[in-house]
Amino acid sequence: MAGPSLMDSLFQRSLDDIIKGVRLCPPGTEPTFIAKSLDEIRREVKSTDRQTKAIALQKLTYLHCLHGVDMSWAAFHCVELSSSSAHSHKRIAYLAASLSFNPSTTDVILLLTHQLRKDLSSSSVHDVSLALSTLSSICNPDLSRDLTPELFTLLSSGKPFVRKKAIAAILRVFEQYPDAVRVCFKRVVENLESTDVGILSVVVGLFCELAVKEPRSYLPLAPEFYKILVDCRNNWILIKVLKIFAKLAPLEPRLGKRVVEPICEHMGRTGAKSLAFECMMTIVSSLSEYESAVKLAVGKVREFLLDDDPNLKYLGLQALTIVAQKHMWAVLENKELVVKALSDVDVNIKLEALRLVMSMVSEDNVMEICRILISHAQKSDPEFCNEILGYILFTCSRNFYEVICDFDWYVAFLGEVARIPHCQKGKEIETQLIDIGMRVKDARLELVDVARSLVIDPALLGNAFVHGVLAAAAWISGEYVALSRNPFELMEALLQPRTGLLTPSVRSVYIQSAFKVLIFCIWSYGKLNGDDASEPSALTESVSKCDLEGTSETVVCESLSDTEVDNENMIIAGGQTSSASSRKYRLTKESIMGLVNLVEANLGPLAGSDEVEIQERVSNVLGFIELMKPKLHGPLGDGEGDEMKGKLEASEMVKLMFDVFSEELGPVSLSAQEKVPLPDGLVLKENLSDLEAICGDVKFPSSTSFSLIQPRILEKDTSSFPECNEESGPSTESTSLLAEHRKRHGLYYLPSENKGTTFNDFPPAHEPQDKTIDEAEDLVKLTEESLTSKKKQNHIKPRPVVVKLDDGEGLNMAVEKSKVKTDLISGAVREVLLGNEPMTSSSRSKSSNKSSKRREVDRIPESGNDIVNTAISEGSIAGSGRRKHQTHSKERKHLSSGKEKEQHDHNDKQKRDSRHHKHKSRQRAEGGINVPVQSPVIPDFLL
Amino acid sequence: MGIRFVLMVNKQGQTRLAQYYEYLNLEERRTLEGEIVRKCLARTEQQCSFVEHRNYKVVYRRYASLFFLVGVDNEENELAILEFIHLLVETMDRHFGNVCELDIMFHLEKAHFMLEEMVMNGCIVETSKSNILSPIQLMDKAS
Repeated sequence: MAGPSLMDSLFQRSLDDIIKGVRLCPPGTEPTFIAKSLDEIRREVKSTDRQTKAIALQKLTYLHCLHGVDMSWAAFHCVELSSSSAHSHKRIAYLAASLSFNPSTTDVILLLTHQLRKDLSSSSVHDVSLALSTLSSICNPDLSRDLTPELFTLLSSGKPFVRKKAIAAILRVFEQYPDAVRVCFKRVVENLESTDVGILSVVVGLFCELAVKEPRSYLPLAPEFYKILVDCRNNWILIKVLKIFAKLAPLEPRLGKRVVEPICEHMGRTGAKSLAFECMMTIVSSLSEYESAVKLAVGKVREFLLDDDPNLKYLGLQALTIVAQKHMWAVLENKELVVKALSDVDVNIKLEALRLVMSMVSEDNVMEICRILISHAQKSDPEFCNEILGYILFTCSRNFYEVICDFDWYVAFLGEVARIPHCQKGKEIETQLIDIGMRVKDARLELVDVARSLVIDPALLGNAFVHGVLAAAAWISGEYVALSRNPFELMEALLQPRTGLLTPSVRSVYIQSAFKVLIFCIWSYGKLNGDDASEPSALTESVSKCDLEGTSETVVCESLSDTEVDNENMIIAGGQTSSASSRKYRLTKESIMGLVNLVEANLGPLAGSDEVEIQERVSNVLGFIELMKPKLHGPLGDGEGDEMKGKLEASEMVKLMFDVFSEELGPVSLSAQEKVPLPDGLVLKENLSDLEAICGDVKFPSSTSFSLIQPRILEKDTSSFPECNEESGPSTESTSLLAEHRKRHGLYYLPSENKGTTFNDFPPAHEPQDKTIDEAEDLVKLTEESLTSKKKQNHIKPRPVVVKLDDGEGLNMAVEKSKVKTDLISGAVREVLLGNEPMTSSSRSKSSNKSSKRREVDRIPESGNDIVNTAISEGSIAGSGRRKHQTHSKERKHLSSGKEKEQHDHNDKQKRDSRHHKHKSRQRAEGGINVPVQSPVIPDFLL
Repeated sequence: MGIRFVLMVNKQGQTRLAQYYEYLNLEERRTLEGEIVRKCLARTEQQCSFVEHRNYKVVYRRYASLFFLVGVDNEENELAILEFIHLLVETMDRHFGNVCELDIMFHLEKAHFMLEEMVMNGCIVETSKSNILSPIQLMDKAS
């Protein structure tokens, strides 16, 4: 590439030229223009002439900001230009750096350290301010460490313009390099007493940021914040102080008592909505136990809600959501406003209102609220309609359907929701339907009804959004077919021609369900005809599950209806559920044959489907029919010779298939394995490498053929070992070694329970599962118990059991996120504020609470005219003030600057005046004790 | 951190100024800006000025053809941010005299300096218009 020439400098295009150029670009040519300009910039930026370089960098920054041009390649040029003596060049360089450097990856940042240091100590405030701004945006741990001394000096600069920026920058430095806290924190604290509004604003902002992360460490500063809260008239500062108190008040109850009054005062007096809002939020979030204050705040919330300004309405609703957690009355008072907000023009306001409504949901009102919301959803635009549905589904299913008592209602409700035209929550409804089916046994009857009405409706098949729901409905119909009123009707629904509109995956569910229904019908038929008379126990058990009460009437489809009625044949054993009297359909040979033909006719064409899932399942069904058909054709009534035999075979086959489908697959918890107790003496974590050394090439028996053949050889060769037939190994030698090893290190091995019968030492695979099932059953009982004890009297229907597996299920495992850096900061803060004691802050504050209480007791008799109330509240402030005070007294020893010393003496004096002598002497004594402990931490340049 | 970013966007959705107080790479910035602009510009005057996006709250306000969008974290006071936006606009107005999109385009650097005076590290550090403008005026005089 040609080097930068004089021509470049002379005819360099200015930033304005570039901006105009971009604007004049015909559509589509902009990228070309930018690329061309970039080429120029690349050349120009290498120029030795600072002005040329500066303009090139300026142009590049512009393109970077507004046109997304990468400028990481120019990082070094920024560093170069920053050393220019001209302030304007420096500005361009620093701006470019702060806009483009990545603090964690840009490696030239380190080259900037020296220049930043120089500028931080410059005599020009503008250079200093520039360097501080840059530092705060590109700060990394190295830079923070290297520049902490300069910042420390600036923190007490006489120029407020510089000092406030240093305070703002120090926050980033603390985050990057927590050790800086030990050095600089005291100076930051001093600024809390500044009279300059700018400085105060920044320092309060800084503490606000810090307190959000870890409030406890800043409790000792409460008196300073309180002073600002009472004295300050600047809304920006007050808002920040309120935020700090919102964090501190919950930690120290006496603090809340103290601040609640001034906060209410501010709220009443101020005309600024932002401040009023902040007061409101502070009260509702952190001072909610002060009834009168909350009343005031709720009054203010109402004002906001009634305002025409959508912003205030929105914020009012947000505040109300917070109040609702503890004071439901506030929401009820404003109920009509909330409901009105549901139909606001602004979707954000509607959403807030919706959230608020959902927060009111309890088991008593869930039905009513859902009804109202659904009618609202049907009137709303599709997007908001789905928001409503999503919220309802989420709230109702929360914590294992906590708020649902009447599952029959809920299941029917889900069916209704699925039919809402705009509903896109099919996936969620699908999951919940199946989930309820598995968890809530009592709801299955209603569930089957709902599923039937969904499956049977041909109109739904055309709506892609409900396909998921239909899949669930089909699955439920098949799985719980025994509860179905009319399996024939179900079968027709499952096979209706419009199922062709379904996606392959849903369709395969349909086919599988049809299979289940078919088998159920054939099985019932066989049962009806007394075929299974010879088969005893197993069936009768499963029969008890199905409450079919076949009598007469209501026939399925025309093809089946012309059969003769034979009442006696229809009665199926069982029928314990009384409500099943309406479940009637005919089971005759013809009807079964008709059913089989129907299935065959409808699924036959699908046997050649391209979709494997469909094809495979259809083949299963057809194969089964193929097997059954000849046997069904025979006259089932008369049992003679071969036919009888065939029938028996058939019934066995049907029974087998029926058993396959009727066995309920219980849910298994994710953490089931963990619940299997460890056998005593089993050490899992011990190193097994020594075992490997002994039997390096041993392969544990993995195939059965090994274990079948080997034992015989073993018996011959290693008869000296009595246990050898328990073990199987590929080679005798290693087996014997293994056996020997087992003898010696018995505890590494799992105990073999039935000796002699098992060939290997591993416990049978199904064992843990059995235990889990037992446990699940126990849990069912447990939840049942807990529910019955909790149950309210006013429910007509008892809440059905909801199977929960264990505590871990459904709850997101809250992973403790390690906030190392925050901890470091607050640790250092505590050290500085509380003295260098290895005490935790909580224990420390406890002890100080005690001492302040003691002081109260002392005080009251001393100053008889003191009102008890003020004594207590002041006690709290003074109690924390004392700790703060310590730092001052410590500081006095360390600070050499006479001016500062004077200032502090003055401050101390002021404080002392307001306090008692006893208190003072105590703090002196304590301060004195603390000094030697504290001193090693203070670096040399403090002195 | 309080303020996380300040954006100025015109009616067409083109970014006219972007200042971030936490590092995002170009790609992340572009997506974020795109999403937010799409969300906010579609809203009407009758709707409120707050939009929740990802883990930000976006507070925005429209002045003539320019949208001022400020992303803040959840702790921030929305109304105060609205006031901050207004202050920013007033300050620019005072400096440029009836500020418009072109002023910001051609004086992007100055706009950045004004912001720099007002916000540092995501904290509002100066709220007095004359204090904000005095360094810039000095700079103008010097050049």
